[in-house]
Amino acid sequence: MREVGRVRWVSGPVVKARLRVPLGLLEQVWVGGERLAGEVIASEHGEATVQVYEETSGLRPGEPVWSDGRPLEVELGPGLLGQTFDGIQRPLERLLRGGRGIDRGAAADALPERAWPFEPCVEPGLELPGGALLGAVRETELIEHRVLVPPAVGGRLTWIAPAGEVARDATVAVLTAPDGTAHEVGLVQRWPVREPRPVRRRLDATRPIVTGQRVLDTFFPIAVGGAAALPGPFGAGKTVLQHSLAKGCDAQVIVYVGCGERGNEMAQVLAEFPALTDPATGRPLLERTILVANTSNMPVAAREASIFTGLAMAEYYRDMGYHVALMADSTSRWAEALREIAGRLEEMPAEEGYPAYLPSRLAAFYERAGVVETLSGARGSVTIIGAVSPPAGDVTEPVTQHTQRFTRALWSLSRDLASARHYPAIGWEASYSFYGDAVAGWWEAEGGEGWTELRHAAAQVLEQDARLEPIVRLVGSEALPDRQRWVLEAARLLKEGYLRQNALHPVDAACPPRKQVELLRLFVRLFELGRDLVAAGVPLVRLRRALDTRRLLRLKESVPNDDPSAVTAALAELERDLAALRAGAPAPSGRDDAEVPT
Amino acid sequence: MRARIDVLGASRIEGPLLVLEGFGRAAYGELVEVLGAGEPRLGEVLASSDEAAVIELWGDTAGLAPERLRVRFRGETLRVPVATEMLGRVFDGLGRPRDGLPPPVAERRVDVHGSPINPVARAYPQDAVHTGITAIDLLNTLVRGQKLPLLSGAGLPHNELAAQIALQARVAQPDERFAVVFVALGSSHDTAAFFRERFEASGLLSRTALFLNLADDAPMERIVTPRVALSLAEHLAFDHDYHVLVLLTDMTNYAEALRELAARKNEVPGRKGYPGYLYTDLATLYERCGRLRGGAGSLTQIPIVTMPGDDITHPVPDLTGYITEGQVVLGRALSRGGLYPPVDVLLSLSRLMKDGIGEGRTRADHAAVAAQLYAAYARVQEVRNLATVVGEAALTPTDRTYLAFGRTFEERVLQQDGDEIRSIDASLDLGWQALSELPAEELTRVGEEELRAHYRGRLHGRVGAAEVPGEEDDGERR
Ligand SMILES: Nc1ncnc2c1ncn2[C@@H]1O[C@H](COP(=O)(O)OP(=O)(O)OP(=O)(O)O)[C@@H](O)[C@H]1O
Ligand SMILES: [Mg+2]
Repeated sequence: MREVGRVRWVSGPVVKARLRVPLGLLEQVWVGGERLAGEVIASEHGEATVQVYEETSGLRPGEPVWSDGRPLEVELGPGLLGQTFDGIQRPLERLLRGGRGIDRGAAADALPERAWPFEPCVEPGLELPGGALLGAVRETELIEHRVLVPPAVGGRLTWIAPAGEVARDATVAVLTAPDGTAHEVGLVQRWPVREPRPVRRRLDATRPIVTGQRVLDTFFPIAVGGAAALPGPFGAGKTVLQHSLAKGCDAQVIVYVGCGERGNEMAQVLAEFPALTDPATGRPLLERTILVANTSNMPVAAREASIFTGLAMAEYYRDMGYHVALMADSTSRWAEALREIAGRLEEMPAEEGYPAYLPSRLAAFYERAGVVETLSGARGSVTIIGAVSPPAGDVTEPVTQHTQRFTRALWSLSRDLASARHYPAIGWEASYSFYGDAVAGWWEAEGGEGWTELRHAAAQVLEQDARLEPIVRLVGSEALPDRQRWVLEAARLLKEGYLRQNALHPVDAACPPRKQVELLRLFVRLFELGRDLVAAGVPLVRLRRALDTRRLLRLKESVPNDDPSAVTAALAELERDLAALRAGAPAPSGRDDAEVPT
Repeated sequence: MRARIDVLGASRIEGPLLVLEGFGRAAYGELVEVLGAGEPRLGEVLASSDEAAVIELWGDTAGLAPERLRVRFRGETLRVPVATEMLGRVFDGLGRPRDGLPPPVAERRVDVHGSPINPVARAYPQDAVHTGITAIDLLNTLVRGQKLPLLSGAGLPHNELAAQIALQARVAQPDERFAVVFVALGSSHDTAAFFRERFEASGLLSRTALFLNLADDAPMERIVTPRVALSLAEHLAFDHDYHVLVLLTDMTNYAEALRELAARKNEVPGRKGYPGYLYTDLATLYERCGRLRGGAGSLTQIPIVTMPGDDITHPVPDLTGYITEGQVVLGRALSRGGLYPPVDVLLSLSRLMKDGIGEGRTRADHAAVAAQLYAAYARVQEVRNLATVVGEAALTPTDRTYLAFGRTFEERVLQQDGDEIRSIDASLDLGWQALSELPAEELTRVGEEELRAHYRGRLHGRVGAAEVPGEEDDGERR
């Protein structure tokens, strides 16, 4: 690290420095006596503009600026999983030094200093390109950490560490390039924060990320490698949904970026996740999770960087051949950070004060989602789910509008549903997904036969219901014929018994595919059976009395997730009871008395 | 930082900004005192270069002659003394005594801007504060370390409710280490006096520190006032293990002062003229709240926001809602109908409630009862809307039971006196009493066990505590 210039001007997170040594764009610098971390965002005529990632009060003109000539980078290697970082990848746990705050200029390695059991998988003598697999380290019980040749390096493997303990900073392999230069490859590698990692090619999405949320999986699915936006007014359930996905979705690695949001929410994740286990392995969920926490009161420039810090780590695990899901809560706060810095630079504002490059930044962010063939030929993916917080819930504002251009699924949260405590408050009219066709094959095979038809039929029920709603509001449902009142009734059961899902319920928090399909089948069949009965002249009153709605509505909670056969049985029972109605037989006695299910 | 420096004469004054050309040694954020024109005025360095310093003044700049001023750079950011002996005292908006007593002896002097809490240093708040108010305890449980604003409107009883929460929280959970920090931001003398009297009458005053920036005090000072007050609150909560309740009234005045300052600085205005950084600025206040790992104290905030035009989408309540952990919304129609506290239940929400209630904390059935009350009350609104169109007579019998439930819920459950303390059991039982107006099959959010134990309404036979007449009203026959 050497001194490269001196502070000439300071205002908030933006500093201008007069340089003695020229600096490149995106180079990392340290500013002032306290060595505050920063990054060069403009550099010309011997002057650099720096965004500083820490609070700058007390900084004065004339203080020195240092650089080591490298871009702002993340550290990549075993030990990322389970940790919590700030926006520039400082490990928050290790920055805790007695006090409750974060000391200015505090620095700590992102990765813990420890040894890892290394298992090589190649022999010296091989020609290895960038991205090739060298061996593996068991990072957590859930994730095997694959050690790869860095993308830009390649050559003949001249040495590889034998199986056994390897220290964090050790070299694990030496490659000799055709020109004779030797490259030492370490367990820990560095990568520029803002640079996408190279891949061989992009692939088509063919399977869903199973979110465990019925309303999403059924109506608005997201494909592995897809991008979804989650806009909603305050309190509508963005964070709870993001947390639910981080806990319950079937991605292999989760990167959760809390970007400009609440400290207590991060505390909640840290309190909850260690106790939650992966249903497949029984291991703590934290073993597949990386948290980036740059809360709303932490420096705004680091909030801007936090998204890229998260992405770089996500792509790193993707390159090992994992399916990674990145949740960003909230991208609006990230956009506001851009706006704030642009304002300090007195850049020309475009819409609502945001800089003109807002759309291209958003595009570049969501474009990094995708399924890829990695440099080593493996298949990996990054799926991005970005929460959006539109002011006043007004979705015509720039961030929501531009985000919609670059994402193919929109999960729009409705204030009305939320205030009626219908969660997840995904409005089925305003939301959409273009991934339905891509994932249908998977659902038919893995979820249950007839998925495509069932979801179509269920959507029809909701649509008919939506069409009746304005009429009901005018004349009341009593004035409608039985046929239409049954649509209202069936839609209510579908919403209550299927779409509504309680994130806090031990069973219902995440619903596996087979149970989803069986439940969906039940509510769709119920609608059809009832419709046919009413058409055959059975009065709605009798149909209603034959139904134990309390029991049907609680099936999602009462039936265990790993064995949905009770749902199938309930459907069979329903078909039998309703067939009896049609035959003109009296409803079985006792039904009226709403027997208590146990 | 370094020693203080005095500079004679400024180059010019632009609105609230004082520019000193030729002075290249100011530190960003440094505290500045301007002398030579009556009372010293305070400000801080907004931008500093090797050629000039730009200072933002918190007081009025009218009538200042730049060339005749003495500008003192204090060599540090604004720091205030904090001490437990500040409880029982009254201060102005910058933390100077306003009660004629000598300045407190500082235990520490702290930077008013505080420093953001490391997220991993936080403990997740889970202890319910018992306020004795059903609308809060049963439906929007307040948790120690939470920030829960009252979103209200001009003329609604938010002050009464805030005072009631503070007083009853103390009475219901007698705690030696309980303190109140009361922050007036552009409030009237009457408002400040109201709180003062309520606290005094109940003996809470000796545990309260009041920071008053009143309506006729300099509006720019208002930007500093909450920071000064929160510095004391943090000291009490995190250095002395107090359970501190901070009442801020009124955040709308605070935001207006910020808007005024931004306008005078010619910044690009955002929505309704508020600066684009209003979210971040409010967050630097509201996030100064919570609990710490290994610490026994807590800092709870109840900011009061009067919504201009009762509009919840106005930037101040909107951004507040985006930062705080829920909101208690007061409704004008409810208040006009004589309901106290006039809490609009469906718009209100306590986000930390879920982990603060239940078995061992409040009562096992709490979550289910609250969920069911919300769901049923949401239906009440639908039915009421329908009834105004088609008339009550055209409603289904089930819908009519919802109307009855709605009345009981508002009149028996929500309604309570301004000094009434209800136990959580009493609140829960009242909730069940209202739910018992509904047929059991409507109660889909409560479990069988709970139904059997608490439901007293129309059950069909065997399930519950109540015996039911044999002949069932089928609910639909006309
Ligand atoms: N799926 C759910 N199940 C149960 N409760 C929920 C669910 N979703 C949301 N809630 C309730 O709504 C509250 C607010 O949700 P959340 O914090 O996710 O809102 P948000 O959209 O992230 O708001 P903000 O933009 O202010 O951060 C939660 O605290 C919880 O009480
Ligand atoms: Mg949120």
